[in-house]
Amino acid sequence: MNSTSAIDIGRPAIRREARWRSWRGELKGSEYTWALAFIVPYIAVFFVFVAYPVVYGLWMGSAASLYKELFSDPIYQSTVVNTALYLALAVNVKMVLALLLSGFFMRPGWWMQALLLIYVLPWAVPLQSGFISIHWMLNGEWGFLNNLLYTLFHIEGPSWLNQRWLALGSAIASHIWKQIPFWTIILLAGRMAIPLEIRETAKVDGATGLRSFVHITLPLIANLYLTCTLLSTIFTLGDFGTVYFITGGGPANLTHVLATLGIRNAFDLADPRLGVAAVMSALPLMIPLVIVLMRRLRTAEVQQ
Amino acid sequence: MSVTTAEVTTNVTTAADVRLTPAPPVLQKHRSVRRRRYLTNAAALVLAAVLMVWTLAPIYHMVMVALESKGDVFSDHIWPTQPSLESFRGVLTQSHWYLEYFWRQFGNSLYIGAMTTLLTLLIGSLASFSIGRMRIRHGWLVSNVSLLTYVIPASFLAIPLYRIIQNYGLANNPWAIIAVEVTFATPYAIIVFQEFGRSIPLELDESARLDGASPLQLYLRIYLPLMAPALVAIGTYALLLAWNEYLYQFLLLSSEKSMTVPVALARFLNSDVAPWNYMMATAIIYAVPPVALYYAFRRRMRAGLTMGGVKG
Repeated sequence: MNSTSAIDIGRPAIRREARWRSWRGELKGSEYTWALAFIVPYIAVFFVFVAYPVVYGLWMGSAASLYKELFSDPIYQSTVVNTALYLALAVNVKMVLALLLSGFFMRPGWWMQALLLIYVLPWAVPLQSGFISIHWMLNGEWGFLNNLLYTLFHIEGPSWLNQRWLALGSAIASHIWKQIPFWTIILLAGRMAIPLEIRETAKVDGATGLRSFVHITLPLIANLYLTCTLLSTIFTLGDFGTVYFITGGGPANLTHVLATLGIRNAFDLADPRLGVAAVMSALPLMIPLVIVLMRRLRTAEVQQ
Repeated sequence: MSVTTAEVTTNVTTAADVRLTPAPPVLQKHRSVRRRRYLTNAAALVLAAVLMVWTLAPIYHMVMVALESKGDVFSDHIWPTQPSLESFRGVLTQSHWYLEYFWRQFGNSLYIGAMTTLLTLLIGSLASFSIGRMRIRHGWLVSNVSLLTYVIPASFLAIPLYRIIQNYGLANNPWAIIAVEVTFATPYAIIVFQEFGRSIPLELDESARLDGASPLQLYLRIYLPLMAPALVAIGTYALLLAWNEYLYQFLLLSSEKSMTVPVALARFLNSDVAPWNYMMATAIIYAVPPVALYYAFRRRMRAGLTMGGVKG
C-alpha cells in the first residue's frame, strides 16, 4: 500500500495547499454544514471520553497533600524504581533485538517467510491468553518452565514470581515476548523500503554484514528507529496488562509499575485520588515525550 | 540520506575498479566463500531454532495444559500423558460451573469487538473525509488532537473514566466498553485514513461535484470504495484492539452475564482451585478469532502498520 512511507520519516512534509484550495474557499452553505456534520461525531467522542476525563483527572489529583502521602509510601518508591527499570530494559532490549532480527528476516528463502509467520504469533494471540499461560509456566513448584529445566538439565529452577527481581525480570521478558514481533515487522518494513539499488550496489561493493549495517542500513533507518523507540516508551509506560497478569504486582507489592499502582491504589485501596496521583507523577516524563513525538510524527505528515 | 548515497556511489567506482583487476587465487577464494556461506547458514538455523522455542513455549504450554484430562495438571511432565479434547468439549458445552455463561461471554466479546470496529470505521472515515477531502476550516487542529490522543496511554485515563461512566450509570453495559475502545481506536484510524486518502486524486471529487453530487454522495460513492484497503486494515486493527483490551472490561463489567471472556478467564488467575485445563482451553478458543483474522489479512495489516505504530 505504501511501502516507502516508513523510510520517509523525518523528511519534511510536502505541502499541497494549492491543490486543496478548490474545495477550501468554496465550502459554503450546505457543504460546510455537511463537513461539520461529518466531523462532529469525532469531536464529541474526544470531548466526552478524552478531554473531560483528563480535566477530571487533573482535578482529582490536584491536592498537594496527596503527593506528600504518595512519596512517603515505600511501595510507591519501589514502584518508581521498577518503572524506570521496566522502561529502560523492556524498551531498549526489545528495540535493539527487533532491529537486529529485522535484518535476519531480510534473508531470502521460503523458510524465512514461514519462520516469520510463526514469529508473529505472540503478537496475534490476545495478551490475556498468552500472559495467563506464562503466569502458570513460571510457577515455582509445578510450573512448566521448572519442569522443563529439571527434565532437561536436572536444575531446580527458582520460584520465579516469589522474588522481586526475578519477578520483575519475568514481566520484562514477557513484555518483550509479546511486543517484539510487532516492532520487528515495522523495522523490517523500514529496511525493505531502502531502495533496492542502494542495497545491491552495497553488495557489489562487498559491504556485507556489519559494514553494510553500520554504513548503509543504520543511517537510513535511524530516524524510524528513534520514533519507534519513543512510541514504544510511551506505550510501555502505559502497559498495564503485562505486570498485572504476570506478577500481579507481587510479591508483597514489590513489582508494581506506575500503571498498575494507580489501579491498585484506586480500586484495591479504594482511594481514587491516590491512584490518580500515582499516574500523574509520570507526567514529568510523559509531557516531554509527547511533545517530541508529536513533532516527529507531524513532520513526517503523520507517517508513523 | 544524500550523504550516504554519495558514499555509496564513490564506493561503487572502487568496486568496479577492484573487479577489473584479475583475482589469481580463484579456487582458494571460492572455497573460503563456500565455507563462510555454510557457517552463516548454520548460524541462521541455530538462531531460527532459538526463536521458535522462545516464541512457541508459552503457546505450547497453553495447548499442553488444555489437552490434560482432569487431575493431571500439576504433575511434573512436560507433555500431556493422556491427551484428550475433553476440556474443549467442556468449554463448548458449558458443562463446568466456571463456564456456565461461556457462550454468553463470548457473545459479549464479539458484540463489543464488532461494534467497536463499525463505529471506529464510521467515525474515523467521516472525520478524515471532512478534514482531508473537504478541508474544513481548522481541520488540522482535529488532526493534532487525534495525534495527541493516540500517544496518551489508555490505562492512564482509567480512573477518571471509570468514575464518569459510573456517574452515567453505564457500568455493566457493553456500550461503556464500546465507547472507550472507539475513543482509543479512532485517532489511529484518522491518521491512517488521511495518509491513505492522499493517494486518491482530488480531481475525482471535483468532477463529481461539478456533476452535482452532494458531499454525502461523494463520501459513499467515491471515498469509501476507494478507501477499501485502508478500511480493511483499520477494521482488523480495531477488532484486535478491542479483543486485546482488558483493563476497562475488568473495571466496568463485573456481573457474570455482562462480562467478556478474558474477564471471566482472569477471575481465577491466582486461585489454587481453578480448573486449569478448562481455562487454557478457553484461552485457546478466545485466541482463535484474532489469530485467524491476522493471518487472513496480514498483508493488508502489515501495509497499514507501516503507516504508524499500533498500540500493541
